[in-house]
Amino acid sequence: MRPLTDDETKTMFEKLSKYIGENIKLLVDRPDGTYCFRLHNDRVYYISEKILKLATNISREKLVSVGTCFGKFTKTQKFRLHITALDYLAPYAKFKVWVKPGAEQSFLYGNHVLKSGLGRITENTAQYQGVVVYSMADVPLGFGVAAKSTQECRRVDPMSIVVFHQADIGEYIRSEDTLT
Amino acid sequence: MAACSIEDVLAKAEKDEAEKLKSITVHKELDLEFDLGNLFAFDKNPPDTREFRQKNKEDFLCSLARDNTQLLINEIWKLPTERVDEVIVAKLPEPTTRLPREKPAPKPRPPTKWEEFAKLKGIQKKKKTNLVWDDVHKEWRRRWGYKRANDDTKEWLIEVPESVDPNEDQFAKRIKAKKERVAKNELNRLRNIARAQKIKVPGVGLAPTPTDQPSKSELGKAVQVAKVSTASVGKFQDRLPKEKAPKNTGKKRKFQPLIGDFSTEKQKQLDILKVMDSKKPRLDITKAVNKQMREEDMESGSKRKKGSGKKRRKGNFSGKKGKGFGSTAKSGKNRKPRMKQGKR
Repeated sequence: MRPLTDDETKTMFEKLSKYIGENIKLLVDRPDGTYCFRLHNDRVYYISEKILKLATNISREKLVSVGTCFGKFTKTQKFRLHITALDYLAPYAKFKVWVKPGAEQSFLYGNHVLKSGLGRITENTAQYQGVVVYSMADVPLGFGVAAKSTQECRRVDPMSIVVFHQADIGEYIRSEDTLT
Repeated sequence: MAACSIEDVLAKAEKDEAEKLKSITVHKELDLEFDLGNLFAFDKNPPDTREFRQKNKEDFLCSLARDNTQLLINEIWKLPTERVDEVIVAKLPEPTTRLPREKPAPKPRPPTKWEEFAKLKGIQKKKKTNLVWDDVHKEWRRRWGYKRANDDTKEWLIEVPESVDPNEDQFAKRIKAKKERVAKNELNRLRNIARAQKIKVPGVGLAPTPTDQPSKSELGKAVQVAKVSTASVGKFQDRLPKEKAPKNTGKKRKFQPLIGDFSTEKQKQLDILKVMDSKKPRLDITKAVNKQMREEDMESGSKRKKGSGKKRRKGNFSGKKGKGFGSTAKSGKNRKPRMKQGKR
């Protein structure tokens, strides 16, 4: 486990800012205690200082997970968000998409969101903007990327994709063994 | 008749015998020249061309060679001989003829780098006298080597120059300088040898490669070495637009401590965020265009629904973030409420 380098921090923040914009500041600078990002096995964990100090007692090989896993760095040093980060993305999300109850299951199985399943979408969403996907009952289901801007969404036919799937809470079951 | 015949027969037999064992006396117009040291005879007599043409050519040459060899051997027998282990041995005199050498003459040593330079600049060697006057010992001494004149290695005291660190050992410095000069000279000597043999001289940059076409990695390495080979160790070296930073430059990665100063860490991250924020363009064109389109849509929508004010109650287009989400996916405002009603 180690702190992130400047380059890594920048890469991660750039990815996070696609979903929560400048709200990253609220993650970094929290009034309720010190939280930090730590890299372990190429994965980035968001940990409170208290937990971090406790975690130092566990050797590197034995430590599987600590705090909240935000995502991982690929071998080409790109950052991929994991579904575990949803708890921190959802409250600060700037652009949201609500899916109809009928389309919820399809999304949770890892499919893209089609226009027919789109309940609501935040006004002014640009194309390829990172969005958080909610159920109509405002339960965060996952996140993705807007395939169409809000304007275009109104005109496209019902079977076209409006949100590309990136992660959904179905992964907690589907990839239970790899999520940390 | 019989006696005559007997004499004839004897004479014939003798003649045959002589023919078989050819005489050791050979008659020549001009005497041969001998160089017994090289076992060498030179026949100056012109060959009998008529006989050469008439007779069998091989036989003629063979008999000529035999005669001359006979003369050479006669000459050897004239030398003092002695008997060594049942063998008669003649002592040959010194050779008199100078023979050409077997191998080609060696090429002159290729000039060293300095010699080339000196020739180019017209620098000539000046002969210095071997002995010079030694003021201390008041005598003539050799310029160099053991017991040389003005020997600076034997000084018991060295004045410390004003410009240098007074704690520096001047004796050690002098010895080190000498050793370095020797090493440099040796290196140059080896380089000159390598140059003369046309071997690639190892130096910085590209290592000597067995192939004419160095590989991509080798070239990359050479470029990297060349880049840092400046007075400022490549600090101010320009990069190509999309050139990547060199990998494996021998720099070790250094990370912050795991449990360090959390406030500075936080500050650093906030600084990164600030920089990222400032780099965002002030005017996002796609966003602006979308906004403009939305406003136009709204205007046209409100004109159409001027009459039906009842359905506008939900139309709250304030922000993109609000929980009210006045914004809808579909253009028709009336569709959403209908959907919702259907659900609940």
